[in-house]
This record gives sequence, C-alpha cells and structure tokens, in this order.
Amino acid sequence: MKCKKCGEKASVNMRQHKLALCKEHYLEWVPEQTERFIKKYEMFTHEEKILVAVSGGKDSLALWDILHRLGYQADGLYLGLGIDGGINYSHESQRLAQKFADERGLKLHVVDIEKEYGQPIPVLSEISHRGHGKPCAVCGLVKRHEMNRIARDLGYAVLATGHNLDDEAAVLFGNTLNWSSEYLLRQGPVLPSADGLARKVKPLCRFYEREMTAYCLLRGIEYIYEECPFAEGSTSIYYKELLNQLETARPGAKLTFYLKFLEARKRGDLFIEQNVGQAHLHPCPKCGQPTSAPGLCSFCRTIEKTQQLSLSE
Amino acid sequence: MVKLILRDKEYEVKAGMTLLSALKKCNIVPESVIATRNGEMILEDEILRDGDVIKLVAVISGGTW
Repeated sequence: MKCKKCGEKASVNMRQHKLALCKEHYLEWVPEQTERFIKKYEMFTHEEKILVAVSGGKDSLALWDILHRLGYQADGLYLGLGIDGGINYSHESQRLAQKFADERGLKLHVVDIEKEYGQPIPVLSEISHRGHGKPCAVCGLVKRHEMNRIARDLGYAVLATGHNLDDEAAVLFGNTLNWSSEYLLRQGPVLPSADGLARKVKPLCRFYEREMTAYCLLRGIEYIYEECPFAEGSTSIYYKELLNQLETARPGAKLTFYLKFLEARKRGDLFIEQNVGQAHLHPCPKCGQPTSAPGLCSFCRTIEKTQQLSLSE
Repeated sequence: MVKLILRDKEYEVKAGMTLLSALKKCNIVPESVIATRNGEMILEDEILRDGDVIKLVAVISGGTW
C-alpha cells in the first residue's frame, strides 16, 4: 500500500478515511487534524493555559506531544493513584510521564492521592464499598474531582484529556444501551465551564485508538503498555472489542456512530434540549464543586466515610 | 512458518498469506492491533515470509475518567 501524498510505502492505513500515509506524512497529518478539531469545536486558543491530564498511557502522552508540537501552552497533571497490581503500575506510569516531560522540558504537576487523602485508590474503594469490589468507580470519581480541583486551583483555562474516538464511541454505546439521556446530552468534545467546573476538552475525540497507538510508535513515545490491572474484563473494553468487530466488517462505523450522534445532539434531536445544563446541579457544601443532589457530593461523602472508618479502626 | 506474538500469546501461520488473512486465521480482530516486523509497522496487505516474527501491539486500553 502506498502513501497517498508521496507514493512511498505506507505505514498507516485508515480505512474509514480511505487514506494510507507513510511515517513522515502521518506525523504531519495528526497535528494538522488535531488543530482542525480544536478550532472546529472551539476548544481553546494559543493564548490560554491548558492542563493536560497525563496517565503515562499512549493517548495522553500523544495529546501532550501534539499540543507541544502545535505550540500550545500545555502543562501536564499526573495523579498518583497507588495502584500496584503486581506490576508496579502507578510507579511505572509516573516514571514514563516524568521521562516524557523531562525530555521535552515540560512542566508536570504530580499529585499523590494517598498523600492528599490518606489512602491509595484500591484502599479508598475497599473502605467506601463503592464499585462492586473493583476500584474503577472510585478511581473515576477521584480523578474527575481532582483534575477539576487542580485545574481551577492552579488557574488553568481548560483541562484536556486524551479521550480518543474509541473511548467516546464505547461510552456512547453504553449510554445508548441504557438510554441514559442525561449522560447522552452531556457527551461531547467540549464540556463548557460552569460554576465550580473547569472547561473540559477532548482534542483527540475523532482519532481512532489505533491511530494514537501508531502515532506513539512512529514518534518513539514510550508509554505504559500494560493495562491497568483492574481494567481487565471491564465493560468499556468489552464495548470497544464489539465496536472493533463492527469496524472490521464496516469501515467507518465507529466514526459515523459518534459523528452522527454529535450532529443529532447539536440539532436538538436527542430528547428534550432544555434538560441540558447545570440547572439541576447544586454546589457541594464542603468542596464547592457541583453535584446532582443537595448535600455533600459523592467524592466528599466517599472521603468522609473512609476517614471515619479509618479513625474507628 | 510465521510467528505472531500478541502479549503473552503466540500463534503460527503458513508463510505466503497476507497479514489480514493471518490475523483472521488466528481469530484476532485486525482493528484491535498494530503489526510490526523488525520494528517497522506493516499493513494488512503485507505478504508474510517464512521465518517472519510479527509482533502485534494491542491498541485497546480501558479505564474510567
């Protein structure tokens, strides 16, 4: 297969775009497309300070690399979750995130959850009894809360995450199976800022996960290849596998699924548009971040519970 | 023979087939992997040669945000 731009041997074939590119042209194409999506969805400008949530995985490091190449003011945030799983998972992912930052002279903020809240994620999960024996629910809750808190505390205009199209399509698939109208109405490339909430953006939301892997391999970005030990057998991975089977038979199916959803959402075709927004959210009396019910938010309730149980033991 | 390696699993296929055919024969979803030979990425139409060792990089990752 030949590169569409120069006719040399292609390294990446994107069947959904009917586009094959060689290494050189692929590494040009990815930032060009990212810039296009940033502008199309009005994510941020070159004048704004961006905080990139960095996990040490391929997507977040690719995102940081691309934003750096495009000349954006992008710093990184690494959250130390305290996950070992027999493979030193958190330690290794932090090492790779720090190595990436050091090699490029970029600023990486590191926040250790155990130092901040007394326990690592697996213990917080165990004590709080959230998530049916797996720490993923507590992990997601803590990450969202902390990323938002730190972005606001440190004065960043926007928080950028490395969600790719496969992540978005899997979430959309799950929310559609459950007809979770509230989640469907909130899903998109940009979650605007609101009282207590930093603006959140997903500049990679139109790239396939495969394309981000290819980008890291071709750029020589070292990322944590091992899966989070707790992610094995997760619903999100199962949905991704299903969608990839569909994609193999119908190239472009994932992209169409996501883009047509965004179009329908923008037109107001999904449910009742007035449901969108923050009208039903209340500030948590402790941390001030918005929550769906009056009283403490889930995060503060979880932390309070774990601290009370720790003291009583 | 050609060897395909995906994480801790190994598969063997006959030389002369395309990468796409080899993946299908091993029940590996082509969209879920990237194939490399001697450190170079190869595409689905690549003919696999006798003695090739194809390392497959899994592209799916999980997690919650």
